[in-house]
Amino acid sequence: MSDRAPAPPAAPGAGHSWHKSERQRERERLRRRSGLRSGSIATGSTVVFLVLVLWGITASPGWPRVRETFFDAGQFTGALPDVLDGFLRNIKIFLMAEPLILVVGLLVALVRTLHAPVFFPLRSLAVLYTDVFRGLPTILVIYLVGFGLPALRLQGVPTDLATLGVIALVLSYGAYVAEVFRSGIDSVHPSQRAAARSLGLTHGQAMRYVVLPQAVRRVVPPLLNDFVSLQKDTALVATIGPLEALRQAQIHTADSFNYTPYLVAALLFILLTIPMARLTDHLAARSQRRRGA
Amino acid sequence: MNGPAEPRRNLLEIAGVWKQYHRHSVLRGIDLSVDSHEVVCLIGASGSGKSTLLRCVNLLETVDDGTIHLDGDEITDVRANPDEVRKRIGMVFQSYNLFPAMTVLDNITLAPRKAHRVRRAEAEERARELLARFGLADRAAAYPDRLSGGQQQRVAIIRALATRPRLLLFDEVTSALDPALVGEVLEIIRELKDSGMTMVLATHEMGLARDIADKVCFLDGGVLLEQGTAEQIFTEPREQRTREFLQRVLGRG
Repeated sequence: MSDRAPAPPAAPGAGHSWHKSERQRERERLRRRSGLRSGSIATGSTVVFLVLVLWGITASPGWPRVRETFFDAGQFTGALPDVLDGFLRNIKIFLMAEPLILVVGLLVALVRTLHAPVFFPLRSLAVLYTDVFRGLPTILVIYLVGFGLPALRLQGVPTDLATLGVIALVLSYGAYVAEVFRSGIDSVHPSQRAAARSLGLTHGQAMRYVVLPQAVRRVVPPLLNDFVSLQKDTALVATIGPLEALRQAQIHTADSFNYTPYLVAALLFILLTIPMARLTDHLAARSQRRRGA
Repeated sequence: MNGPAEPRRNLLEIAGVWKQYHRHSVLRGIDLSVDSHEVVCLIGASGSGKSTLLRCVNLLETVDDGTIHLDGDEITDVRANPDEVRKRIGMVFQSYNLFPAMTVLDNITLAPRKAHRVRRAEAEERARELLARFGLADRAAAYPDRLSGGQQQRVAIIRALATRPRLLLFDEVTSALDPALVGEVLEIIRELKDSGMTMVLATHEMGLARDIADKVCFLDGGVLLEQGTAEQIFTEPREQRTREFLQRVLGRG
């Protein structure tokens, strides 16, 4: 009769056990219903949208030609083995470059935190390095290293084009990653360093045990972002010659004047970077939650 | 010469210390001596130089003039190794400054293990003893962000104690705490006094100063204007400025 919600809690024998009130149950019913409605609206509108877009594209007068040039099934299967083979070389370049970049970046960032006068030359060198290599277009560095180094005909200089590509990428990305690490180190509050030093830890110990663990945690998302970008920049190495994915696609395209092989390469790059991008998002969200906690 | 008859030196001897930031003098010729087992409270308004003085003693700041001696060694000597000096001094900060990526136990054992080269097992044993003594035995494996402010500050005090310092510096250690949590931190400080620890505290807690200080120092604009026993400073301050300050912070009662 009376629909006034919460029942008086003092029901004898009820103890502290909680029975949902009529009002709460009604609330949850309403929430479920509105959730269901939102879901069906989203599904409906997405389906309508996709149908319209597909129809719009396929009905347009240029579509047959577009399909022929970019989505040729025969070309696709023909180019796939070679492009995939090349793509493995991209992955190899990436896997070789990434750890080296991390080491170079971290070392350069650490050198920049050393303030003792003895380290002045090292510190200046680190500043010079980041200034120069952040300013140079990556492709220019690849040309310089790929064509310039072998031209020196020095002993011990590698001549393998992929290795030269790795060296160029490490030089270029090392500068960026050094700056990412440095911003991470700077973002650790000075009071943390003060606390560490006040306990008698040296600069190096404070850095190693207190500052770096916090700094690295903070820069994981931006670092991964740089690596997503590194994954695709491995294609720039194609310009000096090794048969990686882009180069293979180029060769196939030059044979047939059909651009489907490029699409194959594009797909492979996207398939590689998407998981990395999602991982970055996931880690960024997690660190956000931690800060909020 | 160095027989037992040698006159007893003060543990900490601050003489004529000046400190400037951007041509603004924060400390203007501070003289202060602290005896072994003595507890000194620094009181005064914010910006009067209390924290700066503590940071100078711990060499987190370099003095611009004057000297500081610890156990007879001049620690303001430019050739002195700050790391060695700081090993003999513990410091506790207003904002706790625990290391967030480490458990409570690791926070406490880091300095003993790395700076004092104590074996891990030994360092952990001592840390657990201290945690138990201050009622935190069950928090050893927790991370700092799982602790209340009062618990964090107690851990910070234990961390400073773990290296067996000759002198403890407290920089407004209760200022960031919820009033309900201040008590548990003050209790530790009282217990440390009873155990004979030498301490210098910058504090806004007049009750604490009154309670535990062997000597109360009033700082005003970077000058140590007046020092005396707690009894004397709180009941019959000699300086007009001291009287005004105490009236302001204690209420007109």
